[in-house]
Amino acid sequence: MIQIKNVTKQFGNKSVVDNVSLNIAKGKITSFIGPNGAGKSTLLSMMSRLSAVDSGDIYIDDQKLSKCKSSELAKKISILKQSNHIAIKLTVRELVSFGRFPYSQGRLTKEDWTFVDEAISYMELTDIQHKYLDQLSGGQQQRAYIAMVIAQNTEYILLDEPLNNLDMKHSVQIMKVLRRLTDELGKTVVIVIHDINFASCYSDYIVALKDGRVVEDGAAEHIIDSAVLRGIYEMDITIQDINNNKICMYYA
Amino acid sequence: MHKVKLGILSAISLILILIFLFTDMGNYWEYVVPKRTIKLIAIILTGVSIAVSTIIFQTITNNRILTPSIIGLDSLYMLIQTFLIFAFGSTSAVVMNKNINFLLCVGIMVLFAGLLYKFLFKKEGQNIYFLLLVGLVLGTLFQSFSSFMQVIIDPNEFLVIQDRMFASFNNIHTDLLTISIVLLVLLGWYLSRFIKYLDVLALGREQAINLGVSYDHVVKRLLIVVAVLISISTALVGPITFLGLLVANVAYQYTKTYKHITLFAGSSFLSIIALVGGVLIVERVFTFSTTLSVIINFIGGVYFIYLLLKESKA
Ligand SMILES: Nc1ncnc2c1ncn2[C@@H]1O[C@H](COP(=O)(O)OP(=O)(O)OP(=O)(O)O)[C@@H](O)[C@H]1O
Ligand SMILES: [Mg+2]
Repeated sequence: MIQIKNVTKQFGNKSVVDNVSLNIAKGKITSFIGPNGAGKSTLLSMMSRLSAVDSGDIYIDDQKLSKCKSSELAKKISILKQSNHIAIKLTVRELVSFGRFPYSQGRLTKEDWTFVDEAISYMELTDIQHKYLDQLSGGQQQRAYIAMVIAQNTEYILLDEPLNNLDMKHSVQIMKVLRRLTDELGKTVVIVIHDINFASCYSDYIVALKDGRVVEDGAAEHIIDSAVLRGIYEMDITIQDINNNKICMYYA
Repeated sequence: MHKVKLGILSAISLILILIFLFTDMGNYWEYVVPKRTIKLIAIILTGVSIAVSTIIFQTITNNRILTPSIIGLDSLYMLIQTFLIFAFGSTSAVVMNKNINFLLCVGIMVLFAGLLYKFLFKKEGQNIYFLLLVGLVLGTLFQSFSSFMQVIIDPNEFLVIQDRMFASFNNIHTDLLTISIVLLVLLGWYLSRFIKYLDVLALGREQAINLGVSYDHVVKRLLIVVAVLISISTALVGPITFLGLLVANVAYQYTKTYKHITLFAGSSFLSIIALVGGVLIVERVFTFSTTLSVIINFIGGVYFIYLLLKESKA
């Protein structure tokens, strides 16, 4: 379980994340939703130690994040940022193999390569695994980065807008992979996601942020509700049951 | 494949070294060969220091057109020299005893690197432009201070400064060879444990942290290594960080790898090839009518423009 206790982060004198307390359930998919600039990415960065908290504490499995060794944490929690840029020339396979660094410190064993191959085939990258990243489309790059996180094989997986740049087919495919990771392997997944229908169909819990505060936090079926969503987005959203999924209509 | 490429580079280096040592000796080979050997060692030390420090610096900053001189490291070296002569005179121990002088410089540069780290690298979200700006300002500041002191100093003392100011392989400070070798060996040993982290640091700060590198800890130490390496090369022949830019980028293109162990080896060989080749050209073709700095800066300049054009397209 990840426990966030009274966490605040300021840029200048603006609290971008404002006294947030939250528990992330183990073995489930939790989606962070909310308007642009709500503080979702900032919160995710703090949960993954990429940026420091100004006040408050974060605990992973009852251990204080700031007290954990970075090299041990890398086997426990992984993060993919909203946008990624790598300055060097790497092939897809090389990138994915970096996911094994926490275990092998760069000298990959046979077992490590098995994880790499598996992650590559999970993300359907086998055909392009020897291509250089900068020669790929945005969506293909995004899938390569996700494959790296999968190869890292951590208990907690944090993804900031993983569906960035992806077509419908691959969006669905990635959400299914995340579902499998939680249901079959017991991983805990936290994603930031703007497509509310993906959040509705695939997540167990939804946390809504707005202006740096948690405004809603609960099971997906409770949050996907016209009244609740109006509070978050200030929009009227109709919700329909289609094949046992709650689908939001907000396009027109 | 990397082995073959490195093999080719090492073979070229070796051939150039042999030509440098054993051709055109005249009748005094007992005198010529040892003298050339000492020069050669200095060249190799300088070449390796410049190559390795540039690659480390570029990996830390995730930028391939920067050299450590951007944060004013070699201007600082000059400032320290000028200041020592200005304050204590050219006959004082801190100036005359090259070893003491050298260690003092190394100490101050390491201190400076530590401070820079604290103010420039450690803060979250500091961007590369800010680093460039501060580096440029500091570099200029150091140079202005040096010039200021050089203007008001005794002209005889100025000659001593001048001797340390320009890159020259005809005027290698060979009395520093022993201490440089010792330092370099120690650094190599120290650096060996960081090489694997460098591979990951090339992915950027956030990926490195995600993969478990203690970013602050490692980057701080690497910056200090860079400062010591720059001290070594600057002390031996003067400022030639431009060479680093050249060989680092040729090494990236030629080896096409992200592994730093290969990059270090490749760029070091390239450095040796450039320097020994350059010295051969200056001494045997131009018979000293031009200097090595001119040749390196010329080739480096042309290559730099090529790089800029290429980067702006990408
Ligand atoms: N490094 C920074 N310096 C200053 N302000 C920042 C920085 N990073 C984020 N902010 C500010 O913090 C606020 C929250 O940013 P954050 O990236 O967490 O939003 P988000 O919820 O992820 O938005 P989006 O949906 O657009 O990704 C924004 O107002 C942003 O301007
Ligand atoms: Mg965001």
